[in-house]
Amino acid sequence: MEMTLWGTRGSLATPGPDTARYGGNTSCVSVRGREGTIVVLDAGTGIRRMAATIPASLRRVDVLLTHLHMDHIQGLGFFAPLYRPDCEVHIWGPASTQASLQARLMRYLSPPLFPVGLRELPCDLHLHEVDDAEVGIGEFRVASAHVCHPGPTVGYRISDALGRVVTYLPDHEPALGALTFPSLPRAWTSGGTLAEAADLLIHDSQYTVHEYSGHVGWGHSSLRHMLDFGSLVETKHLVPFHHDPGHSDLDLDRLMTEAIDDFQPAYRVTPGREGMSFDLR
Amino acid sequence: MAATKPIQLILARQLASCVAAPILLMDADGTLVFFNEPAEAILNQRFDETGEITGDELIKLIEVADEDRKLIPPEKRPTRVARVERRPVSRTVWTRTPNHEWKHLQVSTVPLVGESGSLLGVMHIFWEI
Repeated sequence: MEMTLWGTRGSLATPGPDTARYGGNTSCVSVRGREGTIVVLDAGTGIRRMAATIPASLRRVDVLLTHLHMDHIQGLGFFAPLYRPDCEVHIWGPASTQASLQARLMRYLSPPLFPVGLRELPCDLHLHEVDDAEVGIGEFRVASAHVCHPGPTVGYRISDALGRVVTYLPDHEPALGALTFPSLPRAWTSGGTLAEAADLLIHDSQYTVHEYSGHVGWGHSSLRHMLDFGSLVETKHLVPFHHDPGHSDLDLDRLMTEAIDDFQPAYRVTPGREGMSFDLR
Repeated sequence: MAATKPIQLILARQLASCVAAPILLMDADGTLVFFNEPAEAILNQRFDETGEITGDELIKLIEVADEDRKLIPPEKRPTRVARVERRPVSRTVWTRTPNHEWKHLQVSTVPLVGESGSLLGVMHIFWEI
């Protein structure tokens, strides 16, 4: 399967010359299988460009939302398949006791925030509320589990028939409340099973250690926590993701180099940049 | 591979590790999956040594009695009520483990229900009277 990063920025779209290399679009990743299945992870502003690569012949596409914070759904109204009557669009997202997934999405996809309402979309739309479970989507198996981030939030583990695994945890604070991190086994760590031995782990890397100390409980990881988590779950390849909007390309070059040099991970680390692709053979 | 506990249990364990009140955490099947250091005085066991304790083992490990020190049957213990009937229980009890004295405790037992409505576990908080 092939993964492409269409938006790597966290919290707020941050276009401009200072962020051109890592990218300014918010979270969106596509996963394409060898048999043609296309799964889209999150609908941040990166989804608009991603949608332009979907072939006109495709009759089904699945969008897996980790949660409904604005930076993960802002691009949804610009996802071209939603306007194709010949296309099934399946949107998956975490359940809430307060309102259905449809009702929560309609808060954004309705006037005055957006001119087109969810009910007016011409595609064949299916909404699915996900829990801690596993489902089949085309040629993939997709496991979801709630993870540590404010409000209902899930992470996803996607496996193909060859056993290749990509895990997506873009907004994740596994160290929250831990006296030291990591001190507990994977079974007692948020996202532990989802990311176990993943061939590719796309993970929150929003803060420096210093920045994290001022943002405990905001739902994100420091670079150090991300690297510790990568070791705990024994990933093979880690992709730092969800970059802070205040970090320029030069900042990220320096912060990533310092963190990786200091930690010396036993696995590969490739800081996520918009447009980057990974082919798991 | 060992499945990761529900995030609600993970966060409850982190909370239990940081407070002085004895806290027991059970999963949806009734297995005692964690108890903090203050709770070791109630069970007369250390979690580091016992690990998880099944519901059947727990019934043998600790007696739970009412104000008259009449044993409360397993199906009426706060644990079972919270788990099966999915409602909180707050009451006083006497507890005793083998070869130890009775302890007089106030217990509040709360079912942990997730956003999807499924029961994920039960948290017990104790106060010694």
